Amino acid sequence: MEFLSDIASLINSTLRISTPLVFAAMAGIFAERSGVIDFSLEGKMLMAAFVAAVGSYYLGNPWLGLLLAIIVCVCLSMLHGFASVTHKGDQVVSCVAINILIIGLTTALAAAWFGQAGLTPTLNEDQRFLEIHLPFADALRDIPVIGTLYSDILSGHYVFVYLAYLSVPLVFWIVFKTSFGLRLRAVGENPSAVDTAGINVFTMRYKALAINGVLIAFAGAHLSTAVNANFFREMSAGRGYLALAAMIFGKWHPKTALIACLLFGFTDALQIRLQGVELPAIGEIPVQLIQALPYILTVVLLAGFVGKAIAPNAIGQPYIKER
Amino acid sequence: MVSPILELTDINKSFGHVQANKNINLKINKGTIHGIIGENGAGKSTLMSIVFGLYQANSGSIKINGKEINLRSPRDSIINGIGMVHQHFMLVENFTVLENIILGFEGEAVFGEKLQKAKEDLEKLCQTYNFNIDLDATISDLSVGFRQRVEILKSLYRGAEVLILDEPTGVLTPQEVDELFKILRSLKDEGKTIVLITHKLIEIMDLTSEVSVMRQGEMVGHTKTEDTSKEQLAEMMVGRSVLLRVDKKEIKKGETIFKVNNLSVKDDLDVTRVKDVNLEICSGEILGIAGVTGNGQTELLEALSGIRKVESGSIELFGEKISDQNNFLNPRMLKEKGLAHVPEDRQRMGLISDFKAHENLIFGYHDQEPYSKSAILNNKEITEYSNKVMQEYDVRPNSPNLITSNFSGGNQQKIILSRELNENPKVLLVGQPTRGVDIGAIEFIHQRLIDMRDKGAAILLASVELDEILSLSDRIIVMFDGKIVGEKENKNVTDRELGLLMAGVA
Repeated sequence: MEFLSDIASLINSTLRISTPLVFAAMAGIFAERSGVIDFSLEGKMLMAAFVAAVGSYYLGNPWLGLLLAIIVCVCLSMLHGFASVTHKGDQVVSCVAINILIIGLTTALAAAWFGQAGLTPTLNEDQRFLEIHLPFADALRDIPVIGTLYSDILSGHYVFVYLAYLSVPLVFWIVFKTSFGLRLRAVGENPSAVDTAGINVFTMRYKALAINGVLIAFAGAHLSTAVNANFFREMSAGRGYLALAAMIFGKWHPKTALIACLLFGFTDALQIRLQGVELPAIGEIPVQLIQALPYILTVVLLAGFVGKAIAPNAIGQPYIKER
Repeated sequence: MVSPILELTDINKSFGHVQANKNINLKINKGTIHGIIGENGAGKSTLMSIVFGLYQANSGSIKINGKEINLRSPRDSIINGIGMVHQHFMLVENFTVLENIILGFEGEAVFGEKLQKAKEDLEKLCQTYNFNIDLDATISDLSVGFRQRVEILKSLYRGAEVLILDEPTGVLTPQEVDELFKILRSLKDEGKTIVLITHKLIEIMDLTSEVSVMRQGEMVGHTKTEDTSKEQLAEMMVGRSVLLRVDKKEIKKGETIFKVNNLSVKDDLDVTRVKDVNLEICSGEILGIAGVTGNGQTELLEALSGIRKVESGSIELFGEKISDQNNFLNPRMLKEKGLAHVPEDRQRMGLISDFKAHENLIFGYHDQEPYSKSAILNNKEITEYSNKVMQEYDVRPNSPNLITSNFSGGNQQKIILSRELNENPKVLLVGQPTRGVDIGAIEFIHQRLIDMRDKGAAILLASVELDEILSLSDRIIVMFDGKIVGEKENKNVTDRELGLLMAGVA
């Protein structure tokens, strides 16, 4: 039975660790499907974490913190759009600028407001999201298999974890089953076709970026007001880039991007779990090797199993109507 | 008197300093096929893009059915019954036919009932016009001819009464052109109005009842088609009289100097695009390669000119093996052996657009005397040479210091041609020499190629313009799907026969 509960806790942490990746990958899908590269997922996630933590510290309600984070992230997305859609600047440069800006800005603002560079005050229980225990979780725990599944895997997560996995079918539905989704995909493939169909290319891209801002805010709030109880310096720790990689592995498709996110989350969970564990016949595995595991897996996947990822045709190109 | 379905008054449009349309007036009557003819860059497409709402005119007015209308976007035009089939199709390649057609006119936020209704309506439309299109097919799987039909269907579905077609035949085989013309005539019979933009005189004579001629951004004439002739139209287009036929002397065939044995070539995606091709060219001969774009001509020319690796087979020049799968000579070595290449895509491979004309004129010879000495360019010599050669090739404007991209397509092509013909090559590989080139320059370029042939060069000419192949070549081979599917002496061969071969059905 111990083996089963090991597996259960591994899956449990995989779900938790993957959550910000899933939000960020879904955010990335909206931007990139519309033809706008979004390298700034990393910066926006960091900003959202900061704003959510500060907001809920002052306002006393994590939902208000999340709302503030959404507003700020949408503004950042609009900034990216202003530079790269309206003014046809280089999309990667615009993203890098946003990322650098935010690393400095969060550190400086924290120092100015709280006297500690890159650290916000610890939130109390009212100011952060708590784990949700599903009804009857304790009562059902002892039922074999189903109990473990329900009580140890499904129950006891932060609200963001549930929202993240619910967002995937929602994104799929929007992208593939609605007329907005059709226009979104078209604008990333052939903006001229969209323009000649009488739809404004720029408006479409701004809409996509607005949704992108909303989704990425959830990822940041998850980090600073749910899993942790404060913001600390560079707490996004490359998750934005990892999510971007997952999205590319997933070929800009919500379902496969989800699988890629879960895979990254799983290797990370496994890596934590394996530290200090003695394996039969091998002994203790050096911690450095274990920590390298997710990256090795990434390289192997990239090299062999995923195949050629075909990006939206017009990605990275500003739309120029008149010659 | 009934007011015309479309009336343009004093339309002006400029891009930066270039005035693309000057005081254009145009009346198009309902139920006619109206041709607009002019050279490349005459402003035809710009004018029609204004009518379609894609560009906004700087001044002037547009009336549809006698009512003045302000067209701010294609949506306004579509709602007012104007449809346009662009030269480069406005289709999303990985979408289905149905998705492409409903794009922007879905009628519902979430797909459901309306989608089903659209499908039924489209199936009816397909039947009416005998289109034979599978609505669930993906665009990238369709041939160019079918894609064009999808574009027409798209316009009809959106309620077009006036259908504008911009250079619709450039990418089609003769059979596909026939099909298209059949469709256009039946649309006319249904009472639709067709505007045909083209630079091909024969299409105007074949199809239209009225024609308007544009030159350098201005409308230079309107006439009924029956009252005019090809020669007269050509003269109006160019502003002087032009020779439409190429004068060619009887062939004086020399020995075989260029030979290709069982050549196969792969493209960048590792797909075999040239399959087991054999050909030989004699001195004093022009060998034409006919074929629809994308049947391996590009890769063949690239392999022959040393830009692309040979997968298998070999290439011989003067009996000496110059390339096979193990080793090949690079373009520079080939040049030294007397092989010159005028690439298909002049913007990408033939010229450095941001360089000045004189730099492009000597590029490749820049390290040779008299253009340079001890690795230092001799600007005086270069300028002198450039002035001379630009005069000789009638490059306009004759200013060697002008940036190359500011020249028109025809003049850019003359710059390349002068450079490649400069050293009197023994073998000349030419791809699409007159693509995007105006009639006046076409005449000049054709004459140069004939001159080279008469001087004893072996010329390989690849072109998608069948007329060009027929008027220049001594012998014609047809490529389809990477293979040579036919070879004909250019005597009594018709474009019908070649068209069947090009379509891969003969």
